[in-house]
Amino acid sequence: MKRKPRRKVAVIGAGLSLFMRRALETGKELSYYAASQALETAGVRLKDIQAVVMATAPDAFDGVHMKGDWLLDGAGGVRKPYTRAYVGGGSGVFSIISGWTLVASGLFDLVLVVGEEKMSSCQPHPQGAFLTIFDHTIERPLGPNLLWIFSLEQHRYMSSYGIRNEDIALVSVKNKRNALNHPAAQVAANLSVKDVLASDVVAWPVHRLMVSPVSDGAAAIVLAAEHVARRLSEKPVWVQGVGWSLDTSYWGNRDLAYPRYVERAARMAYGMAGISEPRKEIHIAEPYDPFAYKELHHLEGLLLADRGKAPDDLARGRFDRTGELPTCPSGGLMGVGNPIAAAGVMKVCELFWQLRGEAGARQIPGNPERGVAQAWGDLMQIGTVAVLGVH
Amino acid sequence: MAKPARAVRKMDAPPWLALRGSPLSDDEFHGKVSTTSWIPRLEYGWDAGIAISRFLEGLKAGKILGVRCRVCGRTVTPPRAFCELDFRPMDDWVELADTATINTYSICYVTWDLKPLRKPQIPAVVEIDGTTPRVGFLHLIGGVNGSSVEAIRKQLRVGMPVRAVWKKPHQRAGAITDILYFEPVKRHPER
Amino acid sequence: MRRQRDNATTRSIAVGGLARVEPRVWRGAMPVQFLYTAGAAGERFFQTLKRKGIFTATHCEECRLTYLPPRLYCERCFADLSDTWRDVTPVGRVYTFTIVHVDREGGPLSSPELVAFVRIDGTDGGLVTRLLEIAPEDVRIDMSVEITLAPPRKRRGTLEDILGFRPARSVAKRPFTRR
Repeated sequence: MKRKPRRKVAVIGAGLSLFMRRALETGKELSYYAASQALETAGVRLKDIQAVVMATAPDAFDGVHMKGDWLLDGAGGVRKPYTRAYVGGGSGVFSIISGWTLVASGLFDLVLVVGEEKMSSCQPHPQGAFLTIFDHTIERPLGPNLLWIFSLEQHRYMSSYGIRNEDIALVSVKNKRNALNHPAAQVAANLSVKDVLASDVVAWPVHRLMVSPVSDGAAAIVLAAEHVARRLSEKPVWVQGVGWSLDTSYWGNRDLAYPRYVERAARMAYGMAGISEPRKEIHIAEPYDPFAYKELHHLEGLLLADRGKAPDDLARGRFDRTGELPTCPSGGLMGVGNPIAAAGVMKVCELFWQLRGEAGARQIPGNPERGVAQAWGDLMQIGTVAVLGVH
Repeated sequence: MAKPARAVRKMDAPPWLALRGSPLSDDEFHGKVSTTSWIPRLEYGWDAGIAISRFLEGLKAGKILGVRCRVCGRTVTPPRAFCELDFRPMDDWVELADTATINTYSICYVTWDLKPLRKPQIPAVVEIDGTTPRVGFLHLIGGVNGSSVEAIRKQLRVGMPVRAVWKKPHQRAGAITDILYFEPVKRHPER
Repeated sequence: MRRQRDNATTRSIAVGGLARVEPRVWRGAMPVQFLYTAGAAGERFFQTLKRKGIFTATHCEECRLTYLPPRLYCERCFADLSDTWRDVTPVGRVYTFTIVHVDREGGPLSSPELVAFVRIDGTDGGLVTRLLEIAPEDVRIDMSVEITLAPPRKRRGTLEDILGFRPARSVAKRPFTRR
């Protein structure tokens, strides 16, 4: 980061659709549900919105080429400057960063950010599209499965630090339980570690209940420049810092035990937010959890836990909703669901409600003042980070 | 269908407004509601490129080729035409051993479309001897007995030496599958 | 700046030497199929068409727009249109048309096909469709057309229930249209 941006940007509204395995609605309609709700909670009308950022992951999920343009009307982008933000699974949080740049730069004062995914159209399984993430010549002929990269990474993480699968299964337990209080949740449940480890091994060490589901859904937020936010909102939540970074596409060349790209992104965001001691200054975290181990991996990359020690912190309750650093109080992707780009935006929605003290049954105690949301994606190589706070 | 979807769930939690959406069961999706299917034929001819074409030629000859960056000194395989860290051509070709070390492995019981596999696949990231540490390479592990997690884990561990098992020369096609798999070796050869 | 090539070390093999590499093409496919729902608005549109043989549209009072195909929301003002359904007679006018002589692979068609965008009367929308029962030389922009549907028992509630549009038997009054 060369220079700290001067214009402050706030989140002033948030909205969601239900997250579901299969929706009757089209992707446009899901986008509309979330986007119109975000506008309503922000108290603004579509005509007030000056630009729209749409986050949606591969075209092949919806089976619509140039899906960003196709979703235009449901995202409220008709006749407006409209951008699609796309970095695979990292897209949700990246869309907030894109929206933030549009406001922080002084180009616009009021921007709508929408995340959408409709994965149920893709038959027999969206993995048919996901598979092309592997190199066509030197990886796909081996007959790969998307689960491979995650199970390989989890095993490396476990073997590097001596972590047990029981320690990782606890993430599923916590997040699925947290999701019981989330109105959009698709796979909330009250489970034990034993239940998680009793579910089928899909790709050891990954069990079925350690994988987030295939989902349809949408989420949206409204971003405003400071003078507009202060006029429209009694409790604006400020975007204090953003960061993102991509590591090499040769995924086998990375240290699979530690997400250095997340650390780079986090350091950029923390620098912008003026955070020098993240563990003291961050009160709530929504790390990206498409697989159970990813939450722990990412908490370490976010510098919120020592390397290899996040499982110990989890086991002693540090990451519980009432713990020292509540993580994924929403229920995360493991509990609420994983409509890819929408899931990242959902995490920012959660910080918005939590920091305003409006999270109802999900509210964490102690008047949290600052939180971090993070997503991850492409060929497991990007970290996208946003720090939000009440000041 | 009567009315379009309306609120189906409301809770004591934000956004306070009812969330909208119409979840469908599998049965509803496959029959009860109007659907349109599309079965595209998405076929591609991908250029293997300069570096990988040469790598494939090497496999056909029973050799694992790598390249070295003259700036950072990394030796990598699969080869690439340029170093993505230094942005310089990576054209110092070397022949590597066909032995390696397991960086990580998995035991996979499902196909990509989630059909069960009785005999699991064992994908692994292996570090080919002669490459820079942490330069991993995706391939399969074979030559182990049994199909349960317990049985396989008894025979494999991270850090274990493995050796390529090749197709017979006349069966090789210049493909990554010219190496059938890597199997554990008793004694680690000198690096 | 190109560095001196190093042929000396025994481990280096015919360095560079790109001319010796036979470039390879690797063939493969993306194994995806799709099953699309029509959506909340689309479901009502197709079920109405299947059962009653007519169209149904939604209307935004504020923007004075009638959406066909129907939408749950107004794209201009984001008003919720889910209570604004109205029946629409499936007649309209040829807004533009083309005469297609080749199939998707570029091969010749045995007889040319007429493809048109038909604006539906009383709405601000329309459909891409085939023109039936008319010779290409007789088609005129703005001519009145009416729907030809599959017989009721053969309708499945998809776009294929609409076989096409044919010249209207009774000349309808020119509709009031908005831009």
